[in-house]
Amino acid sequence: MARPIIDIRDLSIGFTGRTGKTLPVLRNVDLTVRRGESIGIVGESGSGKSTLALASMGFLKQGLRVIGGSVCFNGEDMFARKRSELEAIRGGQLGLIPQNSGQSLTPTMRIGAQMAEALELHCTLGKDAYHARIIDLLGQVRLPDPEAIFIRYPHELSGGQQQRVAIAMALAGEPDALLLDEPTTGLDVTTQAHILELLRDLARDRNMAMIYVSHDLGVIARVCERVMVMYAGEAVLQGPTAEVLKDPAHPYARGLLASIPRLCDTHLPVALDGRPPPPGGGGAGCAFAARCALVVDQCQAERPALMGAGNGSQARCFRHADAHTLAAGGTGADPLHHRSDGQPALSLDDVSISYASHGFLDRLFGGAAKDIPTVDDISITVASGETLGLVGESGSGKSTILKAVAGLLPPAGGQIAVGEGNALPTMVEQRRPQQLRRIQMIFQNPDDSLNPRHTVAEILAQPLRLYDGLSGQALTERSVEILETVRLGAHYMDRLPGQLSGGEKQRVAIARAFAAEPEIVLCDEITSALDVSVQAAMLELLNDFKKMKDTTYVFVSHDLAVVRALSDRVAVLYQGRLCEIGPTEKVYGNQSHPYTSVLLNAVLEPDPDVAPTLMAEDVVELSPPSTGCPFQRRCTRKQGVTCENETPPWRETGGGHAIRCHIPLEDLGGD
Amino acid sequence: MTDTALQSKGPRRLGRFSVVLRDVISRPSGAIGLTLVLGHIILALISPWLVTYDFKSMDSSLILEAPSAEHWLGSDHLGRDILSRVLQGGRIALLVTGIATPIALLWGGMTGILLGLVGGRVDEVVMRVVDAFLSIPGVLPLLVLVTIFGTGNEVMVPTLAFFYGIPVIRVIRAATHDVVARDFVLAARARGHSRLSIVWRELLPNVRDAMLVEGAMRWSWMLLAFSSLSFLGFGVAPPTPDWGVMIADARAYMPLAPWGVLAPVIALSSLIIGINLTADALAKAMGIDRARKAVV
Repeated sequence: MARPIIDIRDLSIGFTGRTGKTLPVLRNVDLTVRRGESIGIVGESGSGKSTLALASMGFLKQGLRVIGGSVCFNGEDMFARKRSELEAIRGGQLGLIPQNSGQSLTPTMRIGAQMAEALELHCTLGKDAYHARIIDLLGQVRLPDPEAIFIRYPHELSGGQQQRVAIAMALAGEPDALLLDEPTTGLDVTTQAHILELLRDLARDRNMAMIYVSHDLGVIARVCERVMVMYAGEAVLQGPTAEVLKDPAHPYARGLLASIPRLCDTHLPVALDGRPPPPGGGGAGCAFAARCALVVDQCQAERPALMGAGNGSQARCFRHADAHTLAAGGTGADPLHHRSDGQPALSLDDVSISYASHGFLDRLFGGAAKDIPTVDDISITVASGETLGLVGESGSGKSTILKAVAGLLPPAGGQIAVGEGNALPTMVEQRRPQQLRRIQMIFQNPDDSLNPRHTVAEILAQPLRLYDGLSGQALTERSVEILETVRLGAHYMDRLPGQLSGGEKQRVAIARAFAAEPEIVLCDEITSALDVSVQAAMLELLNDFKKMKDTTYVFVSHDLAVVRALSDRVAVLYQGRLCEIGPTEKVYGNQSHPYTSVLLNAVLEPDPDVAPTLMAEDVVELSPPSTGCPFQRRCTRKQGVTCENETPPWRETGGGHAIRCHIPLEDLGGD
Repeated sequence: MTDTALQSKGPRRLGRFSVVLRDVISRPSGAIGLTLVLGHIILALISPWLVTYDFKSMDSSLILEAPSAEHWLGSDHLGRDILSRVLQGGRIALLVTGIATPIALLWGGMTGILLGLVGGRVDEVVMRVVDAFLSIPGVLPLLVLVTIFGTGNEVMVPTLAFFYGIPVIRVIRAATHDVVARDFVLAARARGHSRLSIVWRELLPNVRDAMLVEGAMRWSWMLLAFSSLSFLGFGVAPPTPDWGVMIADARAYMPLAPWGVLAPVIALSSLIIGINLTADALAKAMGIDRARKAVV
């Protein structure tokens, strides 16, 4: 067998804590990668997966140090090397593709010049050969028109194109191994699917070794042959991807799988209770013991070693033989569904929103182009107690619509009404307190939506003081009561957001919204900044509130599986226009808008047998077309000039399901 | 929910002030800086009871006398006790800058917050004016004003406060801009809080830190400007002792009596270094310098 390219033996990495004790963030990890192999490292935030990946290129974040073990690249110890030697290897034989390439590209340099820098460091070509080599590399990552990309600046490229440039740069040194740190996180599903296909093909054609770090098992399933699951700095399960994903032999991996919402599963995902121990806080036994359903006395007393668990996989678990008794999906609670024909709670009538502002020169010359609204022609009625899912890629206007409903953005036209009543004033400042309390919004990132200088008590007091005029003892009692409905205790009252975990912060944000006793709650990507196991808990929480208070939700997400888990009805948006709307099972069914099909097919599921289908081109449009169908430029089923000139008609399929397309219903796929 | 549950919340969170103070003291720069600054302030407060000589009284038998048991820091070219003069100089410098700094912070900070909130054209225009002021070398406008209106404290305080409030505008406006763009401000707007309440509850706690650090920086610059003016002969009028004046006067006799220059120089620089070290530690303790904290 060939010598491994990356050989990590018994690696432990840690830092010195405030008390002077050494706290490990990585414990006894072994990892070998050979030429042509691709290994996925999965884990939640704080599991040590990025530390491991960076250590494999001999890099440690500030404050960390190696406690034990070794990292060898091509047979030589990385941590024993000089800085200059490491620099020659990094970017040369070992390429890194970071998460957000837009940030790793220099904004003031043209793509060609940046790539020439990479070539200068890591290849022996003469300067005159650079241009041809760069064009060749850009072509290899399947960028259309490499000559045009060569002279562009990074901000002129879409996120997917920037990521391709980063991949081309990593390939410049003809690497033996590629290190990928969440390279598709933050990209749209369709773009992600394209990038992953590219990476698969590159690894195969060049016979490279790949280490792929991700929190997303679906992505790993697509790209990697072997997978290693990390928990609290340890490898808890490793083996062939297919075996690990089908029948994982570790309770944590099973819990993780169960917490992922699936397109084909109508149940809510199951949350994993508890949270991982802090570095050095695991005690003597298994790090997962406190959260494990199969825990026995031995688990508390003794740290399990990695042991063979059949099918070529190894699990760090004494009870791996019984792990299959735990479900790994499909057993979640049924979401509470609601008829969509009840009293209307929220209605949008022909709402359009425009961001365009005319600059000084436009007004001077009076020659501003005709204004195409960012969001146009949105008419949706949400029934009381119903959950409406709004899906679409970035730039589809889903958050913009929520902000208009909340009164934070003035619509350019149309009206928004609550209940049976009259239209709401457009801006929040003109709304009356009783109108305001009926609509509450939960934001995407709790780090940003909670004031870092306020304690939890102060955060919850804001709506209670404002809407109910509570103070003193009554205020405290009510706040604690609300905290308990989101399963946080009274001892959280004095804490600052910085002292809470991501999930706890989002619970506080949810508690704050429900403190107002709202009828309608607007959820703007509220789970996308959280780990999957925490996401499942948030979905459960929202479902509980729906049961208790009959709340109406408008749930915005780019993740189709998450929307499926919670929604009664789904609306699909493209470029600020509605493409399709209807009951969840119909929209996710066979008969759908071409854009919906593209989205559904690009979703990656943690199932090695399901491959995504790439239907549309990976392009990002910056503005909607002025006439015709919004999807005309990317649609693979475009019907000629009709789609360019005429706004497509709504076609009803029955049961409240409507598709806006020129293609007759019979041709859009049947049930 | 009853009282027992409310009481069982474990150790109380320490007040933020004491947390920050502990952090500042635990850093070498903070400990040294704070000692220097507090030392200066205490000396200034108690110096009337410390010195036995009148800082104005001249003694022809003591001209350029070296430090001795009676005159610890020696005496100057007019035979005045240097220790008394250095201490008295510190009182005046701390008094003038101690009043001018909060005024500068207040007007600069309020203008900055207002501009950050209003934005748009008003912001643009005012900021260009601010830029124009910042492009003029610091002491020049001070010199002009002092020559027109005189050198009394009633002129120095407003003049310093005005000119040193201008850089504060820039810093606080930037801080406000950062905070206003965040979702918690949007969330407060969406709930329907009044503008004043948003500024008070959401904004101020988040720009307070920047303001405190900026205040310390302005203070040290102001001290330097105050002494520079006196050094150039435009500041405090003799015979009132000031560090700048003392350095200027004693400069001519440096080969004969270096202590005459050294004493006010050490006093001035130790105070300015102290303030800068404290500001540095403060910024780190309050997480304004985030890069360091991100690791752990």
